[in-house]
Amino acid sequence: MSGNMNLTLKVWRQKNKNAEGKLVNYQVKDISPDMSFLEMIDVLNEQLIVKGDEPIAFDHDCREGICGMCSLYINGRPHGPKDRITTCQLHMRSFEDGQTITIEPWRAASFPIVKDLVVDRSAFDRIIASGGYVSVNTGNAQDANSLPIGKEDADLSFAAAACIGCGACVAACKNASAMLFVSAKVSQLALLPQGQPERYLRVHNMVAKMDEEGFGNCTNTGACEAECPKGISLSNIARLNRDFFVAGIASDN
Amino acid sequence: MGITGLFLISFLMVHCFLNSLIFINDGGETFNLGAEFMAKNWVIRAMEIVLFGGLLWHIIQAAVLTRENKKARPVAYAASNPSANSKWYSRSMGLLGTILLIFLIIHLRHFWVVSRFTDEITSGKETLFNEMKEVFSQLWVVILYCLAMVSLGYHLLHGFKSAFQTLGWNHVKYNSMIEKIGVIISIVLPVLFAAMPIAIYMGLIK
Repeated sequence: MSGNMNLTLKVWRQKNKNAEGKLVNYQVKDISPDMSFLEMIDVLNEQLIVKGDEPIAFDHDCREGICGMCSLYINGRPHGPKDRITTCQLHMRSFEDGQTITIEPWRAASFPIVKDLVVDRSAFDRIIASGGYVSVNTGNAQDANSLPIGKEDADLSFAAAACIGCGACVAACKNASAMLFVSAKVSQLALLPQGQPERYLRVHNMVAKMDEEGFGNCTNTGACEAECPKGISLSNIARLNRDFFVAGIASDN
Repeated sequence: MGITGLFLISFLMVHCFLNSLIFINDGGETFNLGAEFMAKNWVIRAMEIVLFGGLLWHIIQAAVLTRENKKARPVAYAASNPSANSKWYSRSMGLLGTILLIFLIIHLRHFWVVSRFTDEITSGKETLFNEMKEVFSQLWVVILYCLAMVSLGYHLLHGFKSAFQTLGWNHVKYNSMIEKIGVIISIVLPVLFAAMPIAIYMGLIK
């Protein structure tokens, strides 16, 4: 078909967590510009399987931008060259015929590589388990509706809750800091009445867990916000800092 | 970093205001009066110790953060395009700060050591204004000071607003104001500071 593209891919291949990895060159031909980026890798993997080679391992699940599973650091940016999308929402029309595309896994000590482009993001799960929940019975739908919540707070909470935990913030940050993720998970509850009883214990525990997991420190470069597929705002980090300060000086824990 | 940073900025403002007295162009009379007040007031003397403590703490925090942050990403990306998502100076605070530290050592040697550890000025033999004229008669010093002030400008451009974010002093009503004040401070302070050696070197200050 006309308009289809031939591309050179440089893909990070690594057998397992402990093996040495390296960038390997691949050629893909006749790629439709309407394919998603992940479909393009599917095509490459079909070729590799036919040749008897090991296909490239990469994370993916819903392929509609809501699960947070797909990762990939494409040409120096998490989720590729476009803003506010995940890799499954990235189409090949964002690239040019003949282009070389470098594909790497998320790089962070807290996200160890499992294989090729797959990293272990369970550090995020452990942070959530350390406090990203409410221990009260929130009741049924009508109970939520009977609680008066300001429209602004509801909107801010909802915007924070849009975080899909993909880890692009950590991948983009020059310090591999998880502050945007943690701040979103703290904020979504800190803004609602249900989150109040455990508000300061939560921020204290989640920040402690984040540090324990070995994520870097926030130096406010703003790279996380710029690369976040869900547009999580830096103002959540300011809220986290504020709550953490209050937790340090005025709470019982 | 936020608290110490804002504290150091508050010092820079006082420092800049007092030194700008040379622009009155009265042969350094007002400036020397100000310098004498600063040298003899015990509150200022005590603050000098706090200031060095603050500066040291700022440097220690920066060193610790840098070490931890390097550890958090042991393997670098092969292809990286950081300018797509952040400003170069926000990622280069350590470099800008190191340039400022080197400048500061030379700067302290020029003025602080002379006024505090020699009797040149206390004995009345020499004034700080004359010291300034002498130091800034050398071209390399003028160039060094100007380059350091470029570093200071970019350091403050990120540092000022970043401090508010770190401290959680953030509100939709005041965010744009904080941003604007940060830009103004990062331009006015370095420009005034740089104007001093330039004006003296060019003989505009008599």
